[in-house]
Formats: sequence, structure tokens, C-alpha cells
Amino acid sequence: MNLSESNPLFRRRRRMNAVMMGISTAALAFGLFWLFWILAVLLYEGANALRPSLFLQMTPPPGSDGGLANALFGSVMMAGVGTLIGTPVGILAGTYLAEYGQRGWLAPATRFINDVLLSAPSIVIGLFVYSIYVAQLKHFSGWAGALALAIIVVPVVVRTTDDMLKLVPNSLREAAAALGAPAWKVITMVCYRAARAGIVTGVLLAIARVAGETAPLLFTALNNQFWSADMNKPMANLPVVIFQFAMSPYEDWHRLAWGGATLITLFVLGINIAARSLFSRK
Amino acid sequence: MSVALDNRGLPIAQAPAVDVANNKRPPMLRNNALMDAIFKNLTRFFAFLVFSLLAAILVSLVIGSTASLEKYGVRFLFNENWDPVKEDFGALVPIFGTLVTSGIALGIAIPVSFGIALFLTELSPPWLRRPLGTAIEMLAAVPSIIYGMWGLFIFAPLFQEYAQPIMAKTLGNVPLLKVFFSGPPMGIGMLAAGIILAVMVIPFITAVMRDVFELVPPMLKESAYGLGSTTWEVVWRVVLPYTKVGVIGGIMLGLGRALGETMAVTFVIGNAHQLSASLFAPGNSIASALANEFTEAVGDLYTSALVELGLILFLITTIVLALSKLLLMQLAKGEGERT
Repeated sequence: MNLSESNPLFRRRRRMNAVMMGISTAALAFGLFWLFWILAVLLYEGANALRPSLFLQMTPPPGSDGGLANALFGSVMMAGVGTLIGTPVGILAGTYLAEYGQRGWLAPATRFINDVLLSAPSIVIGLFVYSIYVAQLKHFSGWAGALALAIIVVPVVVRTTDDMLKLVPNSLREAAAALGAPAWKVITMVCYRAARAGIVTGVLLAIARVAGETAPLLFTALNNQFWSADMNKPMANLPVVIFQFAMSPYEDWHRLAWGGATLITLFVLGINIAARSLFSRK
Repeated sequence: MSVALDNRGLPIAQAPAVDVANNKRPPMLRNNALMDAIFKNLTRFFAFLVFSLLAAILVSLVIGSTASLEKYGVRFLFNENWDPVKEDFGALVPIFGTLVTSGIALGIAIPVSFGIALFLTELSPPWLRRPLGTAIEMLAAVPSIIYGMWGLFIFAPLFQEYAQPIMAKTLGNVPLLKVFFSGPPMGIGMLAAGIILAVMVIPFITAVMRDVFELVPPMLKESAYGLGSTTWEVVWRVVLPYTKVGVIGGIMLGLGRALGETMAVTFVIGNAHQLSASLFAPGNSIASALANEFTEAVGDLYTSALVELGLILFLITTIVLALSKLLLMQLAKGEGERT
């Protein structure tokens, strides 16, 4: 039996391996290629659009210059309120799954459903909020938009809270219980503190997720061409304005849409990287 | 009687001792028991809220689409018309578009994700793993509207000018594939939407594949290497068979994401309500039909038909995602049994 390098079988296997490893490297390059292409386009197009007026002026009618001030404000308000509603709900539900869910059907079933909701199409969430809120009150509003975003925040926070609390060593809980601390104090004062970095990461990721969400806002917050701080009225927001402006035939609007797109992407990627470094430092 | 009267005064002074004797807890501990109950039930309430959300969405969609469900019944699924003027609605075209674009996306994303996961778990030097992995995950962080805008303004024109003519010349002349690559190159269309969807689901499939590849016991891999296997043989004959279930779970997760993706598809699919075998042709997906038409829908039946589209989408994605989750759970369970 020929065991040297001249054995054709040996050579064929080596060649096969080299080809496959080459393809694997090419696949990675393929994935990175899109990321850098998109980022390069955004930076190039955004550089033309990012100027002070973008933050100071209102969305203009076609053919004139303007900014995205009202859309930025609306987005911040709705993402903010959505996160404020969704975070406590998510943390408490996640707490039940991790701390009380050892027995019974509720915790495993909720965990399963939560994972499905995590990837559920966001446009369907928009339809849901439309039918339970907008259709009942017969008007689009910022509150409806915030509610839709809250429903998207909840599964993200539930998942991370659950995972992070499960990472807290049981000896910490036992030590606190041995000192006479009741369960609620063990959870709020020991477990939450130990899992804080992870839970904050989850909330940050949730904010990043809703900041760019467009589909659920189409049927809930709608849009508003003017400055409006009234959450009970249709509210301008960055993603829907980008959608509307990009689909329009006007050059000015396209430029503003690129500006908004660059802002959102930088914000979302920034939060993602911040969340990762926060968690890895822990 | 006088003894009883005397006794009646005593407990005030002796209260703590009497309480201990009766095994009653001091007020602070009693509050703790109350707080425990409140806290536990509060968390249980919110867990139940999350639990019922899926059912609530389902019920609201069924109620919203009652008019359409009653009028069209099962025919809705197979009717290719979508005529708001005559109020003749059918879901065939959007369902077809959704399935075709997701199919193209998976066809591209599965091999690419496998390659990336292979690179990150087996080939990459350890110090490069984190930055490269993060960069791939960033593909998932980019909001879908950005993909859409970039696809419409940058990708589609280049695709139309360079890629599509080449495809038409080469693949368009192959007898069986001819129909798929015929028609004028327009840039936007089902193929462009599928390619962009592929880029969007790559990070999700890659993440699951990486996770499950790392579940393979090092001993198995080392045994194969020890017998003289090449890296490729270890991955193809040891790692992949061991993680098969998880890999399929990851693919299903990617499919669930692709089916429900809205904004990116809306920008590039062309939004034409037509059934065409050519992948160059514009089409429509469920999500993009909703995004485009819902706020402008006039009349109850039109709205109801759109909500029914949403219901179909929700049912399909929920089933796909539930399957994905079950498969991944099965792998995790098998993992526990084997060790």
C-alpha cells in the first residue's frame, strides 16, 4: 500500500479539502462584501445629506429643501415609549421563566411562544395593533406606533432576561436565602444585579431592533408631514419617511432619505457594538 | 372570672412571647411573605401575557378577515385575481411570490452560511473569530428598510446592467432553465428580491450553524482527525451528520425570517400583481402587498382580504418557526442524553 504523497487517493483528498476550504473562505468574503458595500454606499450618500438642516428643519414638500426634525423626534418618542412599556413587561416575564418556571406548563410554553414571536413578521404585529387599537379608535396615532414597537421589544427582552438569569450561579441564590432573604429580595437584589450587564444588553439590542422597524409603523403611526408632539395624532417617524421619500420621484426627497438611512444605520450598528462590548467586558 | 380579667391585660406586655409560642411571625416577615406572593404573581401575570400574545394575534387576524373568509372560503388560496374594483380577491400571486423569493434566498443562503460557519469554527485563527463573527452578525442588525433602499437605488440598476444580461445569455439558453431567465432585464423583480433576502437571512442561519457546530464533542472530531481525515472530511462526515437536526432548524429559522420580511422586498420586488415563471419578472409578496395597499384599501372587503393575507403569512411563519424551534430543542435534548 502506497502511503506516500504520490498516492492518487491521498492527493485527491487533499485537493478536495483545499477546494472546499477555498469555497468556505469565499463564502465569508461574500458575506462581508455585502456588509461593506452597503456601509460604503451609506457613507457616500449620507455625506451629501448629513448637515445641520437635517436635524433642524421639517420634512419638506416635494421640490424644496428641508430636514427630518419632526421624523427624528417622532422616532425617538415612539421607540422611547415602546421601550419603556416593553422593558418592564419583558424583564418580569423573563424573571418568571428563569426563576419560577422550573415546574408547570406555563414557563416552557411561554418560552416556546416567545421564540416564535421573536422572529414573527413585524408587519403582522402592525396589523394586530391596527385591529385592536387603530380600528377601535378610528385614528392613527403615535401611541399605536409605540404599542406596536413595545410588542417587538418584549420577546427580545424576555429572551435575554431569561438567558442571563439562568447564568447566575445558584450558590448566590442559596447564600442570599441562607441569610434569610425572601425570594423576591433574592431576585431583585441579588440575581438582577448579577445579571445586570446581560439584561441591559438585551434592552439595548431591543432598542436597536425597533429603531429601524418600518413595517409595524405603516398602519399604526402612519406619518405626519409637520411637527407634532401629540402622541394621539399620526406621527412622523424616520423609517416611514425614508420609505415614502425613497419611493418618490423627487431628487431632494431621495437625498433626505439617504440622510435618514445613514443616521439610522449608524445608530443601530453603534448600539449593537456597544451592547456587545458591554456584555463581553462582564 | 377575675383570673380571665387579669389575663386579659397580660398579653399586651407579653405580646412577643405569646406570638412566638403561637408560631406567628413578626410583621416584617409577614410583609415578606406578602411581597413574595405579589412578586411571583406579577411575574406570572406578565409571562401569561406573553404566552397569550400569539393567540391574541391569531384571533384578531381571524376576526379581521371574517368578511373575506366567508365570501371566498378556500378559493381565496387558489384565485390569482386581485381586483379591488370588482372586489375579486385571491392570494395565489402573493403566496407564490413569497415562496419563490424565500426559495431563492434559501438556495443562496444555505451554502454560503455553511461556508461561513465552517470558516469561523474550523479555519479562522482564534483572534479573528470574534471580529469576523460580529461583522457577519451586523448583516442582521442593518434595518430592512436600508436593504430595500440600497437594493432599489444601487443594487437593482447594476444587476440590470451587468448580471441579468449575462444570465439571460447563459442560463437563458439552457432548455429547462429557459423559462426562469426570460423576459426583459428590469433589475427589480423576484430574483433581485430573493438575492437581497439571501443576504438578510445569512447571518441568522450562520449563527445557528456556528452554535450547533460547537456542540460537537471535541473527542469525535479528534478521533476523525486522528484517523487521518482532512478538515473537509471531518466537517462533512462527522460534524454535519452529528448536527443535522440543528442545521435544519437553523435553515427553518432563516426561512421564517425570509417569508415575513417586508420592507426590503417591497422596494425591489416590483409590486406587480402577476403570475410569471420568469424570475426576472416583477411580482408581489404577502408582506409587500400589505405594506403597499393596506392604508389605501377602501371598503371592508378589501381590508378584510388584506388581513386574510396577513393571517396566511402569520400561520405559515408560525408553523415554520415552531418546527425550527422543535428541531433545535431535539438536538439540545439529544445532547443531554449522549453526555
